[in-house]
Amino acid sequence: MLSFLSELKVPITNGLLLGGLYGIIGIGMSMIFGIVRLVNLAHGDLIILASYLSLVTMTLFPVSPLLTLIVVIPAMCVIGFIVQYYLLNRVLGKGMNPPLLVAFGLSIIVQNLLLLIFTPDARTLLTSISVKTLPIGSFLNIPVVYLVDFIGSIVTIALLSRFFNRTYLGKAIRAASDDEGAAQLMGINTKSIYAIAMGLAMGTAAIAGVLVGMTFTFYPHTGPEYLIMAFGVVIVGGLGSLLGTFLGGLILGLAQILGAHFLGPGFQLLSGYLILLIVLTFKPTGLFAKG
Amino acid sequence: MANSLLRVQKIDVFYHDFHAVWDASLEVEEALVVSIIGANGAGKSTLLNTIAGVLRPSNGTIEFAGKKINGLMPYQAVQEGISMVPEGRRMFPRLTVLENLEVGCYTPKARKRKDEAIRRTYELFPILEERKNQLSITLSGGEQQMLAIGRALMCEPRLILFDEISLGLAPLVIKNIYQRVKLINSEGITALLVEQDIQRSLKSSHKVYIMQSGRIRLEGKPGELSQEDIRKAYFGL
Repeated sequence: MLSFLSELKVPITNGLLLGGLYGIIGIGMSMIFGIVRLVNLAHGDLIILASYLSLVTMTLFPVSPLLTLIVVIPAMCVIGFIVQYYLLNRVLGKGMNPPLLVAFGLSIIVQNLLLLIFTPDARTLLTSISVKTLPIGSFLNIPVVYLVDFIGSIVTIALLSRFFNRTYLGKAIRAASDDEGAAQLMGINTKSIYAIAMGLAMGTAAIAGVLVGMTFTFYPHTGPEYLIMAFGVVIVGGLGSLLGTFLGGLILGLAQILGAHFLGPGFQLLSGYLILLIVLTFKPTGLFAKG
Repeated sequence: MANSLLRVQKIDVFYHDFHAVWDASLEVEEALVVSIIGANGAGKSTLLNTIAGVLRPSNGTIEFAGKKINGLMPYQAVQEGISMVPEGRRMFPRLTVLENLEVGCYTPKARKRKDEAIRRTYELFPILEERKNQLSITLSGGEQQMLAIGRALMCEPRLILFDEISLGLAPLVIKNIYQRVKLINSEGITALLVEQDIQRSLKSSHKVYIMQSGRIRLEGKPGELSQEDIRKAYFGL
């Protein structure tokens, strides 16, 4: 029993760390789902767009990918604001389909723009920490980049939750997400609130994009993979809770790595989706849904 | 007669294809309590929502403090000094009582005097201070109505629109809430109420309008209207 547990130390640690990355991939999607009631089908592609933006910044200034966040976060925030304000806001309140179609169109445009500019070659955000490992105890080696992913995710979510609970803007965003009409009656311009929320969500996508680029290789067509991951995180974690999204990421990460450990690497994705299916069957609102 | 703060002239309002308000004109003088009475579906809430900017009149004008305001969005109307207590209270359920109030003074001008506004609201409704850290969804119906009124007061409005504030509340609670409305009005804030309860409105207003089938049928001071005329206008006889 004891040896069985110690054998699981490695996959559990890896699963949790990978789950942290999934958390940050899902958080922007969850925010927009909860606040604007919009399924942003372009979320994955916008994450990959951030990866490429980081790549470009790295070729211009030879710095570590993490430092490119100084450029990539504001750039993605502006892109998010513009996309919401000038594109998505126009189709909100016109039923389910128009916003979905606009987001889907955006996804195709981003993918093909990336393909056009960067060619279909595999890329990665090379950094010295990509190959380092951190020994913990005598038989546990943690890839440093996974640790960076995990910490980045926690810090982002902690900052976001502070923003939502402490600032005026954060409270206004929560109010608009609770009741758009009533929020307008309080003097809140909900359309610009939505644009700000999308800007924030894209800020988190920028962080996700840089972390993903440091951890895995990416191509112009990698976006949908992360969209599905984000979907999974949102479904498992439930809407309206930042912490829930993070925990949803952890559960998904654990499920994948443990599945791979017991059933073989081919089952990594499948075991994640099985958990998804189970949650959808027994608690379709998500495990940590609020209100 | 005091200066008119709100002047609605000959407006028509459509709900999609439905002609909900026909050729309605009304005038609300500064510092008065004015009520619009009518049965369900008479168009009174539609009229109120149009003044708040939620709906747009297809023609006619709405002037507030001498300025034309039809076409403004609700959040812009708030900046002009019109605040609304919406029908069904419309709390932000996942925000605490205090947060609901804070969101009420979102406009930059009101935000500067937030602490003062919160203190005044607590004076008016002490129960809200006791419950300030609770989620608003845990409040009773009457407390929620108080919170909705307190929230609408936070932006220091000149005119408050009350949409059916007695709906679904116990008589004692209603009485209490109407006493607060009177107190609010005594501070010089103008009030325009929409109400189904004729007697309550006659007792608490300086002037009433009676609506039926989307039209204003009768207007006047409560003391000057006969019961017979009111009944006829209310039921459209």
